[in-house]
Amino acid sequence: MTNKLEKLPKDSFERITIDSTQAEKISKPSLSFWQDAWLRIRKNKAAIVSMFILIFIVFMTFAGPFMVKHDPEAVKVSHANLPPKVPGLEKLGIFDGVGKLGSKTVNLYELKKIDTYYWFGTDSLGRDLFSRLWKGTQISLLIAFVAAFIDVVVGVIYGGISGYYGGRTDDIMQRIVEVLIGIPTLVIVILMIMMMDSGIWSIIIAISITGWIGMSRIVRGQVLKYKNQEFVLAARTLGASDRRIIGKHLLPNLMAIIIVNMMFTIPTAIFFEAFLSFIGLGLQAPKASLGTLINDGYKFISYQPYMLFFPAFVLSLLMIAFNLIGDGLRDALDPKMKD
Amino acid sequence: MAKYITKRVVYMFISLFLIASLTFVLMKLLPGSPLASAEKLSIEQREVIYEKYGLNDPIPVQYIRYMGNLAKGDFGISFQYKNADVMTLILKKLEYSVILGAQAIVFGTVIGIVLGMIAALKQNTIWDYGSTIIAILGISIPSFVFAVLLQFIFAVELEWFDVGLWNGWKSSILPSIALAMGPIAIAARFIRTEMIEVLGTDYILLAKAKGANWFEIAFKHAFRNALIPLITVLGPLAAGLLTGSLVVEQIFAIPGIGEQFVKSINSNDYAIIMGTTMFFSVFLIVIILIVDILYGIIDPRIRLSGGSK
Repeated sequence: MTNKLEKLPKDSFERITIDSTQAEKISKPSLSFWQDAWLRIRKNKAAIVSMFILIFIVFMTFAGPFMVKHDPEAVKVSHANLPPKVPGLEKLGIFDGVGKLGSKTVNLYELKKIDTYYWFGTDSLGRDLFSRLWKGTQISLLIAFVAAFIDVVVGVIYGGISGYYGGRTDDIMQRIVEVLIGIPTLVIVILMIMMMDSGIWSIIIAISITGWIGMSRIVRGQVLKYKNQEFVLAARTLGASDRRIIGKHLLPNLMAIIIVNMMFTIPTAIFFEAFLSFIGLGLQAPKASLGTLINDGYKFISYQPYMLFFPAFVLSLLMIAFNLIGDGLRDALDPKMKD
Repeated sequence: MAKYITKRVVYMFISLFLIASLTFVLMKLLPGSPLASAEKLSIEQREVIYEKYGLNDPIPVQYIRYMGNLAKGDFGISFQYKNADVMTLILKKLEYSVILGAQAIVFGTVIGIVLGMIAALKQNTIWDYGSTIIAILGISIPSFVFAVLLQFIFAVELEWFDVGLWNGWKSSILPSIALAMGPIAIAARFIRTEMIEVLGTDYILLAKAKGANWFEIAFKHAFRNALIPLITVLGPLAAGLLTGSLVVEQIFAIPGIGEQFVKSINSNDYAIIMGTTMFFSVFLIVIILIVDILYGIIDPRIRLSGGSK
């Protein structure tokens, strides 16, 4: 051992002296909370892949309907129930327009003398399912985003007021929440949707009518935790108004938990929209959403399974992506995970 | 504890009262009448029927009568099914839904616990990743998507089961599996996290030091402690199952409460809708209450009254 050590070249070692003037130097670059979170989420492959999938789906919901020349809501009965047919892929024996007619398997495009392509096929009224799928996804996402946004706004305001002012205000507000939380979401959503005419807004309202409660409870808990800490006391001593303390000091501390919660609210909203559409309380034709498309597809499951597969696949993909991003964000925004 | 339970029960009744009032108001506001599809009735006949069912009384009178009947457990009579008593109708259909729900929750939690334990004991191996993927799929994908896929694969393509037909216990297999996916995922995730935490504690180290074998550590020490918090998710799990069962029963044509409920929504059968809504609410609220109380009894470390204060 000792012999080997002596053989090592002397110049590969460097003498380090402790320099007291450098003791306070920070070797790692100072990162803001969000930079730090970004560094951490970048390591989470599942979340990053999900983010790309999500961006792709969002892009397709806008670009998709323009990629084919068929209108998503145009009815063309002579083109009804066509299986998918994609140029190029048809030569490989998939997406070649071959489907069942009764018990026989025939090329329905040749049979009906149709020379256009329906990439994902058509439904029973001859509407193009490709453009319908992306239009439907767009509406589902819109419902989910708006519902989640309402949940956040109402939840943060309610929870913030309740937690910040405390005392009697808090008591009354919390009693109300305790009663409301007892009402099952399923029941209230169905009742609300039945009362209003079915449409995008009634679905949004039905979903958010109890959706904000979870958010408000979390925000209240966080506000209670932060409002008695020294930095708030310091701000108050310096004469900051309530509005300034809430906006500048408390809210930034709550951002992480609000965002994480929102990421889990969105898939729940997507689910409830699809669920309502499936039991017949959702959007009415010719409008489409993922739920109505799945419902339509389900009716023809024995003959045209592709009608079900594409929307079911996109729905599942969206739900998985949001859940994984939510998981990733929760880990990344957890201050205890700092590395 | 007694004080806590009393408080919770009081809130439970306020919630139920609110739901009951809300169902009543909504049903009165709703467009459409149960007689709308009976076109052959003349106006006089319609009046007679309205009179008979008390639909001509002032709204407050109807409300008080409705609440009074509810308190007695009388949900009124169905407008559609030959004047069948709603309570009897629900109880008759309950059997199928209970079989389905019970199978799903038992199957789901058992498989979920096994998956979660494998994942925790073989952390960061292919087993762990596999069970994590199953858990993510189970949490993300709605049960009705599983239901239609299962039906397509096993009933339509492979023809192992009948399509859209209730034919004894065999018909409950596919829907139970579809409903169990959620519980599997939640239980697996939960048990994994809890087990990993418990396995890192000092008493597990002590057990190892004393020479306890792997099996004893996993089951006698870690598993039992990891299991307690699982009770807390049983409440939300039941709510999820109920939501799922509405659609899954529809898909597999199971003559349960969920299917009945959806049917009634589409035919404006107020009495059944109100009755089923109340039934669901009572069911869920009571389950969540029981779960909370159970948790307090089993794990004395949890101080229920504290909450966020």
